[in-house]
Amino acid sequence: MTMERAVAPAQRAVDILGGDVSETALRGYLEGLPGVDAVGLEQRAAGLGTRSIKTSSKAWALDRIIELIDLTTLEGADTPGKVRSLVAKALVPDPADRTAPRVAAVCVYGDMVPHAVQALGAAHGDPDQGLVSVAAVATAFPSGRASRDIKLADTRDAVAHGADEIDMVIDRGAFLAGRWGQVFDEIVAVKEACRKADGTYAHLKVILETGELTTYDNVKRASVLSILAGGDFIKTSTGKVAPAATLPVTLLMLEVVRDWHRLSGERIGVKPAGGIRTSKDAIKYLVTVAETLGEEWLVPHLFRFGASSLLNDVLLQRQKLKTGAYSGPDYVTID
Amino acid sequence: MSFLEYAPAPESTSILKLRDEYGLFIDGEFTEGHGTPFDTIAPSTGKKLATMSAADGSDVDRAVAAARRAHDTVWSRMPGKDRGKYLFRIARLVQERARELAVAESLDNGKPIKETRDFDIPTVAAWFFYYAGWADKLDYAGLGKDPRALGVAAQVIPWNFPLMMLAWKIAPALAAGNTVVLKPASTTPLTAILFAEILQQADLPKGVVNILTGPGSMGGQLVAHEGVDKVAFTGSTGVGQTIARAIAGQRKKLTLELGGKGANIVFDDAPIEQAVEGVVNGIFFNQGQVCCAGSRLLVQESVHDEFVARLKERMQTLRVGDPLDKNTDVGAVNSAAQLKTITDLVATGEAEGAEAWAPDCELPSEGFWFRPTIFTNVSTSHTIARDEIFGPVLSVLTFRTPAEAIAKANNTPYGLSAGIWSDKGSRVLALADKLKAGVVWTNTFNKFDPTSPFGGYKESGYGREGGLQGIGAYLQPAAADAAATPPAVEAPAETPDITEVVDESVEAGTGAASQGAAAGDSAGTPKAAASATATSRKKARK
Repeated sequence: MTMERAVAPAQRAVDILGGDVSETALRGYLEGLPGVDAVGLEQRAAGLGTRSIKTSSKAWALDRIIELIDLTTLEGADTPGKVRSLVAKALVPDPADRTAPRVAAVCVYGDMVPHAVQALGAAHGDPDQGLVSVAAVATAFPSGRASRDIKLADTRDAVAHGADEIDMVIDRGAFLAGRWGQVFDEIVAVKEACRKADGTYAHLKVILETGELTTYDNVKRASVLSILAGGDFIKTSTGKVAPAATLPVTLLMLEVVRDWHRLSGERIGVKPAGGIRTSKDAIKYLVTVAETLGEEWLVPHLFRFGASSLLNDVLLQRQKLKTGAYSGPDYVTID
Repeated sequence: MSFLEYAPAPESTSILKLRDEYGLFIDGEFTEGHGTPFDTIAPSTGKKLATMSAADGSDVDRAVAAARRAHDTVWSRMPGKDRGKYLFRIARLVQERARELAVAESLDNGKPIKETRDFDIPTVAAWFFYYAGWADKLDYAGLGKDPRALGVAAQVIPWNFPLMMLAWKIAPALAAGNTVVLKPASTTPLTAILFAEILQQADLPKGVVNILTGPGSMGGQLVAHEGVDKVAFTGSTGVGQTIARAIAGQRKKLTLELGGKGANIVFDDAPIEQAVEGVVNGIFFNQGQVCCAGSRLLVQESVHDEFVARLKERMQTLRVGDPLDKNTDVGAVNSAAQLKTITDLVATGEAEGAEAWAPDCELPSEGFWFRPTIFTNVSTSHTIARDEIFGPVLSVLTFRTPAEAIAKANNTPYGLSAGIWSDKGSRVLALADKLKAGVVWTNTFNKFDPTSPFGGYKESGYGREGGLQGIGAYLQPAAADAAATPPAVEAPAETPDITEVVDESVEAGTGAASQGAAAGDSAGTPKAAASATATSRKKARK
C-alpha cells in the first residue's frame, strides 16, 4: 500500500527501506527493531546517575550546561516584554559575572518570534559561533490537535519571521492508533515547511511527548520514525505533560541516535525538555550523553536542554564554586 | 580538560580507624591466636593494612567449645523472638556502620567502593533483617514439627564477597538457633573482625559467634573438628570435594557452594542494549570473581558480530582503577596468586587459538590488576570455555538454535547459574526449565535477594542458601533429632589432606583450574546425590 503524499518521502527512509516507503514497509522496519527491557534500561540510567563529579569537572560541566540550554517561555500569558526580558537573560545570564557563557537558544511560541529576533539583534545566529538562536514551537503545540494545513501554516509563519529552529509535536493520537505512516508523512511535510527563502532549512526538533507514549518500545519506534522522516533533533517532551524528560527515556533516545550514527554516519541531536531543574540533574544528563555517544555530542547542534528554571540553579552553583559560599535566589536575575 | 576524565573522587578513609593488630574473636572476647600472625594487604596497592592473629588447633578447640556452651546454655534455649531481636540489632548496626564497612571491604578486597557501598553492605543488612524475621516463625513455616537447631556450625567463607558471605552464613544459622565458628578467607579477614565488634556492640551472648582468622589448614581443622554438627563452605570445587570426602560418614550436615561457569544466552530478539549491559554486569561485576558469574556468553550466530561490536564499545567506557574512587567500575584482583591464575588461563586461551581483546585502559603500576577481557572464536573444547577463570574474562561462543543453546549451556561440570536474554516470554520459560543451573536469570543477571534460594547443581555444590530452604539447612525436626543422635560416627582420627588444602584464598580460582580433570574423573561419586537435589530443587522452584 502506498500512501498519498504531499511531498516526496525523506531520503533517509528511502535509503533504509530500499525505496519502498509504504506504510507496510515502515511498520515492518519499526517492528523489527530490538525491544527495550524497561528494568534494564532504568537500572543503567540509575547507574549513570551515580557518577561522582568533583570540583574541576563540575566547573566545566556547569558552563557547558548553560551553553546547551534552550531558555524557554511557553505560557499563554507571554508578551513581547516577557520575551525581551528572556532574551536579555539569554545574552547575559549573570550580570555579576560576565564570564558566564550565553545559552544556545531562546524558545518561544510562534507569534513571539519577531520580538525575539528583534531583541537579539546582532547576537542572533548560530550557537556554535557563540550566538543565540531563536527556536519556535509550532504545529499546534502542545497538543498537536489541528489539521495538517494549520500545522504547516504555523510552521511556515515561524520560519518566515526568522525562527532558526522549529520544535514540532508529533500526532500522538495517530501514533498510538498505529497510523505510523500518517505521523511519518506529517513530519516530512513539516520538514519541508521549514525551508527558508534562501533554500536552507530551519532545524527541525521533533517532540515525541514520551509521557503520552507510555512504553519504551513506543519511544524507540517514535524516535526512529522521526529520524527516518528527516528530523534533525528528537526531543522528549513539551513540558506540558507529566512525566516530561526522564533519564531512562533520554538514555534510550541517545542509544537510538548512536545506532543511527553507526548505520548512516549522520549525527542527530537529542533534547530532553521539562522537569530538569537542578544542576545536579543536568550533570547526570551530561554524563549519560558522554558515556553513550561521547563528549563530541555535548555541543549545541547535537544536544540541548529545554528548560526555564535550570539556568538559575546553574548560576547559583557557579557562584558557589567561585566564592565558596552559597548565595540565594536574589543573587540571580528572574526573567 | 576532558569531562569524562572525571576528577578523582576517592571515598575518605578517615571513618575507618584501623588498628595495627587484630585478634581472634572467641567466646565474646578478642584474644590472641597461637598460630603465626599474618598481614592482610590492600590488593590495589600491595600495602599492608593490619596484622591479623592466626588460630591453631587449640584455638579451634576453644572456639568450638565456646560455641557448644553458648548453644546448650543460652542460644538454643532462647525464645525465637529474642534471637530475632539480636539479629535485628545486628542488621541495624551494620547499617549504622555501613560506610566504614564499605571502605574496609573495598580496601581489603580490592573491589570498587561503588559495589561495597551500593551492593555488598546493603545486602548484608538485608540478609540479617530477613532472617531476623524468621527466628520466631520456625514452628509455623513448613519446616517440620518443632524444628530444632543442629548445634555448632563450622563455616568457611571465600574472599570474593567477604562480609556478604559471612551474612549468608551467620544470619540463617543464628535465626535457627545454631551457634557459629566462622573462618574468613586469609586474604580478606578484616571485615569479619570488624563485624565481631558489631556483635559486641549488639551485646550478643558470649560464644554464639566465634571468628577465627588464619590459614587454610586451620579451616581444615575447624570443619574436621568432632564438636561440629554442621559444615557450610563456599569456595572452590576442589576444596569443597576435599571437605565432602573428609566428613563423609559422620553425623555432620553439609552445604557446599562451589565454582561455576555460568552461561549467558543471548537470542537475536533480545533487548540488545540491555543484554550488552547485562553481559557486562554478569562478568565484570566484582572483577569477575563471582562463582555465579556469566563467564560464558552464548550468542545466536545471526547477531554475533553486532553484539560483540557493541560489547567492545561498552567495555571501552569501563573505568578501571582505584577501588576507593566512586567512579571506578572495575577494581583490583584480590591477590597475586589469583592474578597469576587468571594470567595463566588467558595465556592458555590464546595458545589454544581464541582471540583475546581488552580495552586500552591504563592500569595502576602497583597492586594486582587485570584488564577486562573478552575472548572470541571460542569453542566448547577450549580450556577457557570449561574452567572457571574467576577473573574479568569472558568467553564468547555461538549457537544457532534453542536446542543447541541448551546443549552448550549444560555442557559443563558445573551448574550454578545461567541467564537468558530474549523478548519472547514463551521461549524464556521453556528454556529456563531445561537449563541445569541452580539459578536462571532472565533479562537480568547477578541478582541476589535474601528471599530467593541460591545454590548449584553438579560440581557447583549442594544445598541452598537464602529463603526458606536456606534456614531449613540449619534445622532438623524434633523426631529426626532423636533418631539421628545415636549413630553418630566418630570423626576420623586423622584428616591430613584437608588441612593442607582448605585455603580458599588461593584455591577459589586455581582449585577449579588445576583440579578440573581430577574433579571430572570423580564426578561419578556425587552424581546420585546431585540428581536427587536436582529433583527437589525443581520442586522448590515452583
